Amino acid sequence: MEYLLEVKNLTKRFGGLVAVDNVSMGVKEGEVVGLLGDNGAGKSTLIKMISGVYRPDGGQIFFMGKEVIIDSPIKALSIAIETLYQDLALAENLNVYSNIFLGREKLKKVLKFINVLDNDYMLKESKGVLDRLEIEIPSLRNRVRMLSGGQRQAVAISRSIYWNARLLILDEPTAALGVAEQKKVLDLVRLLRSQGIGIIIISHQLYDVFSVADRLVILRRGEKVGERNIKETNPDEIVSLIVGAEKVSEKICPADRD
Amino acid sequence: MNNNKNSTLSKNQSPSNLLRILLAKNWALLFTLIIILIFSFTGKRFFQLANFQNILHLSTIYLLLTASETFVIITGGIDLSVGFVMGLSSVLSAKIIELLHAANLPPVLSISIGSIVALIVCIIPGLINGVLITKYKVPPFIATLGMMGITNGVALIISEGFPVAYLPGVLPSIGNSYLIYILPGKAISFFDKPKGIAGEEIKELIRIIPNSLIFISIIIFILWHILKKTKFGQHTYAIGGSMDASVRAGINTSKHLVIIYVLSSFLAGLAGVFYVFQTGIGIYTSFSAMYELLAIAGVVIGGASLMGGKGGIIGSVIGVFLLGVIENGLHLSGVDPFFRYIAVGLILIVAVIIDQSFPDLL
Amino acid sequence: MKNIVTQRNGIHRFFLQLGNKWAIIFLILGAILFSIISPGFLSFNGIQVILINSPFILLLGLAETFVIITGGIDLSVGFVMGFASVVSAKLIAILVELGMNDLLSITIGIVITLVIGIIPGFVNGVLVARLKVPSFIATFSMIGITHGVSELLIKGVVAKNLPVLAGEIGNGSLIYIVPGRTVSFFIKPLIQRGAYLIEILPTVFLIPFIFILISAFILKRTKFGQHTYAIGGNVDAAIRAGINVKTHIIKIYMLSSFLATVAGIMYVLRYITGKADAGTGFLMDGIAAVVIGGASLYGGVGSVWKTTIGCFIILVLENGLRMLGFPTFYKYILVGIVLIFAVLVDKLFPELIHKEE
Ligand SMILES: Nc1ncnc2c1ncn2[C@@H]1O[C@H](COP(=O)(O)OP(=O)(O)O)[C@@H](O)[C@H]1O
Ligand SMILES: [Mg+2]
Repeated sequence: MEYLLEVKNLTKRFGGLVAVDNVSMGVKEGEVVGLLGDNGAGKSTLIKMISGVYRPDGGQIFFMGKEVIIDSPIKALSIAIETLYQDLALAENLNVYSNIFLGREKLKKVLKFINVLDNDYMLKESKGVLDRLEIEIPSLRNRVRMLSGGQRQAVAISRSIYWNARLLILDEPTAALGVAEQKKVLDLVRLLRSQGIGIIIISHQLYDVFSVADRLVILRRGEKVGERNIKETNPDEIVSLIVGAEKVSEKICPADRD
Repeated sequence: MNNNKNSTLSKNQSPSNLLRILLAKNWALLFTLIIILIFSFTGKRFFQLANFQNILHLSTIYLLLTASETFVIITGGIDLSVGFVMGLSSVLSAKIIELLHAANLPPVLSISIGSIVALIVCIIPGLINGVLITKYKVPPFIATLGMMGITNGVALIISEGFPVAYLPGVLPSIGNSYLIYILPGKAISFFDKPKGIAGEEIKELIRIIPNSLIFISIIIFILWHILKKTKFGQHTYAIGGSMDASVRAGINTSKHLVIIYVLSSFLAGLAGVFYVFQTGIGIYTSFSAMYELLAIAGVVIGGASLMGGKGGIIGSVIGVFLLGVIENGLHLSGVDPFFRYIAVGLILIVAVIIDQSFPDLL
Repeated sequence: MKNIVTQRNGIHRFFLQLGNKWAIIFLILGAILFSIISPGFLSFNGIQVILINSPFILLLGLAETFVIITGGIDLSVGFVMGFASVVSAKLIAILVELGMNDLLSITIGIVITLVIGIIPGFVNGVLVARLKVPSFIATFSMIGITHGVSELLIKGVVAKNLPVLAGEIGNGSLIYIVPGRTVSFFIKPLIQRGAYLIEILPTVFLIPFIFILISAFILKRTKFGQHTYAIGGNVDAAIRAGINVKTHIIKIYMLSSFLATVAGIMYVLRYITGKADAGTGFLMDGIAAVVIGGASLYGGVGSVWKTTIGCFIILVLENGLRMLGFPTFYKYILVGIVLIFAVLVDKLFPELIHKEE
């Protein structure tokens, strides 16, 4: 089957530092790809090139078989690539539904010609998506600043899936959550996969990744050092790829290193 | 690993890149030299010892204000109150001197008491600023903006809105005197004009080294020493570079910042007293607030970053001198004096854009 | 047990509510206090005096509200106001001299000034958004430039020779009543000497009033307003949500400059002259009003209503002190203290701004 998203030889430099070095990878529809690597391996940088936050210094991006230039976050959103960032990227001074609709506010007309925010609509729709995900937040009129870490994560996730993503990118979606909330997020990922959405998930929790991913891509110091089908590998092998083979004997578990 | 990559990179700097960095670092000095050159052609009597001494003399107040702002800006803060603290100090010292003078105290005594009391009082706004900023976490911008209103109000109340003018006549002659006076071929004297020179001869009198220059040089040297050579200076940079790191390194950042704002206020007070010596009157500053803004401009042109952690006394001195040369040079070249405001604005923008384009310069 | 908790919560919430409204409570208490010690204060005329003095601080306060919500500051509004006063006065005087009729000269002069007045804001915006110059410095540089240009335009003196009509517009009232005789709007009735004329609502207050309504609408009800808050709250979030932050910020500084320009034009209509430093005193008042109203200089928080309350706190203090016979100097001290107090309230009781919108 053809890739939904394919990147070829993507490279990104920050000054003298090569954060992502000639990386190629792909995701199919209804597939979950785990992106793994130690801290600073370049995972976030790689996905930020796909979501239009950074411009690549080299390489190509193909989406649904066609080459695309993703030169801004707007562009990524416009072709239905949604991203949940590690740093959440919520405006904490705005309320829940305003965040879910940030940048894509629903408007209505007053006096036939002035566009104003349609707050009722946005509130209702946001309630709908949160209910669908079985997420409970006391009041959607609360500012995000008042919410717990888990609730913020939930808002960020609802925001990325509300907009009917074709490709969903999740950067450390479970990092700030309690165990029950983590499980909910993983269930959600499975649900979305069953709907045919392509998903890239970054996580330090090897267990999480093994429980949802179909395929794994491993980065080290900006370079891709391996790609494995989940059925043909095991956590030990992945750890050795992440830290570099020579270090395996030291038994450093990447999950403890964040 | 990353460090390795970076350091090899900086070793392999090409000469042209080094030159660019050198230029970016010293553009203010270079620019000053260039405009001095230009003004030497366009300005009447610009390139003369007397004129340069004049520029320095008139810059004294700005040097004091800019020096105080330098410390504050290096910590990542800002002190908007310096201009008005200066106004307060000038009005207060003048008022006390005026009262004591009217009570027939000898000038030396009334001048000393007035100056010292004003200097002590001027510590108070700094203390309040420092406490508000460190203990109550009020942003420096707001704390000192509030203090600006308060000190301005107090200065206006003391002076009732009028210049304080009945001061001993000896004041301006101290403030404006020179170290050496030479009447070519006839006389030489120190600190005061040679006795008994005729009216015509005064035009030939050569004055060398204004007293204000000695005074400001000593102060600038001390401040430079503190900033560059002492633990206090080191900590000032550390706080501006990273507050977190400084706290973790065990620096008492609150105490340090309070001292910084007190120092700033004190130097502004000194500028006010100096103003009285220079002009012979005490005057509040009007609400157009150009003093602190020019002081901030001097610091930024001198290479400091408003984000903190960067800057220095020498740079600030060059910044002030640049502004002084522009004002003086435009004036002597017969350009409308108001062009100088425009010039300051433009230079400031250039300064910041250079700072932004070379983020690695220190 | 549970009861006690909820009761405590109730009291706590009551004080929270009270604290959250401290600015308006302060305003009301101030007004009551002044009206007790100075009986004329809340009289019909007392209130009109406050309204007559309000336009400049309100307009600059509004300008600053937009900018401060995005996390910036615009120090140039005072001199942009002065610049606009000079430009419009100059233009009107020239047009009249060219033989154009008064009303037309004033109208055309104002329209051209409104267009020119946006330029400083555009430059500020480009400096801040595109060249990443800190707003503090960019707008400070603009002080130098607008100040210099205004002075050059009028050569250091004030711009004069304006038609009388300008002053009639600026010092007129909305409603005129001659008791028992006539009621008229905008146009002052001819009256015999000694007859009693009541003037209601100064026209100079109408303009800022309209801008308050428009600004409040923009900030609270439109996408533009929503994005303004989002940028101040978290720029990264705004960028990733697809908001064109650079363009938005340029628009914000243009808006700020525009409002300052309106203030400058109002200055000309009221004082029949243009001055480079017409607005210097109002800059500090404008910023103070925004902060006293409860905006955060870190961005993301603030509103038009809050700024309006902040403005009126300053106006009430100013007017009250004047009626009590204090020289204006005391106002500076009081405003300074209230400003610091406002931020202290904010810092000591962070819950206040964390509650629901
Ligand atoms: N905006 C940036 N500027 C400079 N360096 C960056 C930037 N973002 C990331 N880096 C560097 O790039 C490397 C990869 O970072 P990142 O992609 O965040 O890694 P990961 O998400 O795998 O932990 C790191 O060395 C990091 O310091
Ligand atoms: Mg990361």
